[in-house]
Amino acid sequence: MYRQAKTGKLLIEILPGKCDFCGCCVGVCPEDAIELKEAEISIIDSLCTNCSKCVWSCPIEVIKFNKEGVLA
Amino acid sequence: MTDIFDIIVVGAGPAGSMAARFAAEQGVSVLMLEKDRDVGYPVRCGEAISKKGVEEFIPLDEKWISSKISKFSLNSPDGTEVVIEFNDSGFILERRIFDYELAKTAANAGALILTRAYVNGLLFDDNRVSGVKYEFRGEQKEARAKIVIGADGVESRIGRWAGIETFTDFRDMECCVQVTASNIKIDPGTLYFYFGKNVAPGGYFWVFPKAGCSANIGLGISGYEGKKKSALSYLNDFMEKNYPEVPVLTSIAGGVPSIPTLKKISAPGILLAGDAGRQVNPLSGGGIASGMIGGSIAGRIAGESIKLNKPDHILTYDNEWYERIGKRHEIYNRLKNGVYNFDDERFNKIAKSFSNVSADKRSLGKLFAIALVNHPLLLIDIMKVFI
Repeated sequence: MYRQAKTGKLLIEILPGKCDFCGCCVGVCPEDAIELKEAEISIIDSLCTNCSKCVWSCPIEVIKFNKEGVLA
Repeated sequence: MTDIFDIIVVGAGPAGSMAARFAAEQGVSVLMLEKDRDVGYPVRCGEAISKKGVEEFIPLDEKWISSKISKFSLNSPDGTEVVIEFNDSGFILERRIFDYELAKTAANAGALILTRAYVNGLLFDDNRVSGVKYEFRGEQKEARAKIVIGADGVESRIGRWAGIETFTDFRDMECCVQVTASNIKIDPGTLYFYFGKNVAPGGYFWVFPKAGCSANIGLGISGYEGKKKSALSYLNDFMEKNYPEVPVLTSIAGGVPSIPTLKKISAPGILLAGDAGRQVNPLSGGGIASGMIGGSIAGRIAGESIKLNKPDHILTYDNEWYERIGKRHEIYNRLKNGVYNFDDERFNKIAKSFSNVSADKRSLGKLFAIALVNHPLLLIDIMKVFI
């Protein structure tokens, strides 16, 4: 089962255990589709449009574009 | 503890603490919520600030001054170094202590502070923000207030929930990484900057001295450049070349929204301050001083609004901010767009011309003249605004 984004299959993936929780991705997300707590981060599937701006902006390469789709 | 306040401030960084303090000083009730466990930690910052920027808000204290700065060293891509002394001194802070002390001034003014309180929604009454929803120790809670001040950083979502568009175009986000390393042999009173496409395209690389031969070493690049190569790999390249095998004490990522302040930083029942309102100097990326100024204005106006019982008084915040700082940030943004588009040759040329000037004649004015010959933009203003 693939996770479902607003525009179909979710293709954006935050690599588990590697995030520094800096919030750069949240700041560039046009859809308000990233939730960041003290040390927890997640994509809000129903809002994400796979636009990839978070992927390009991540300073430490922990957000990836997965063209196969992200498994639930 | 009551769950009704006059003002709720979200985020306990420099902007939030100043908002809470200046509001509480008006004699109104203030609650400040911080999502992290500790105020002041983790530090996502190069920690440079001018003396003037600090003094306005807190008496100087050695315990949060890591080093005192009196020189800039600007390094062009071919290695030409331009050193400029400046009269106003600056500091590299120890932010984890500094932020804590700022929060204490808010507490001393009467503000309540709650840490590990994660705000995940707003309350509304007739389209007017009237409080926050937050998670605290595993429980979902609500607190009501007449005014909410969002000082929740680059990752702010509060403004969006109130209908203010706050997201930053990825090309304008400076994506940063920094290490604090020890055994760094540099002049303890100099801020070092490196420019060029190989070190930090669309941004700059910094080495800022801290106490005990340590330094903040990092860079910011535009998200557009990050698409091709990440900030982290630029940092790794630089460290390998210049400081291989130095002990690294901390390593951190961060985002700096390098744009002029948002067109709108207030709406009914809500104000935004600091990085949340994009009150960052877009050229230097410095946001401590401007965040404190933004927070102080927001806090004072919010407090006045409660005292006068004039809810719409808070809408004067936009204009007051614009007149004090916002206007200037628009100019810095134009400079940024010029300077960060310089190619390596232009950086080299300006640095070379300047290094031919004898040391006793080196001044900001002279560099200005040379930059002017090379480019119609006022390059020298970079220096004035870097801290």
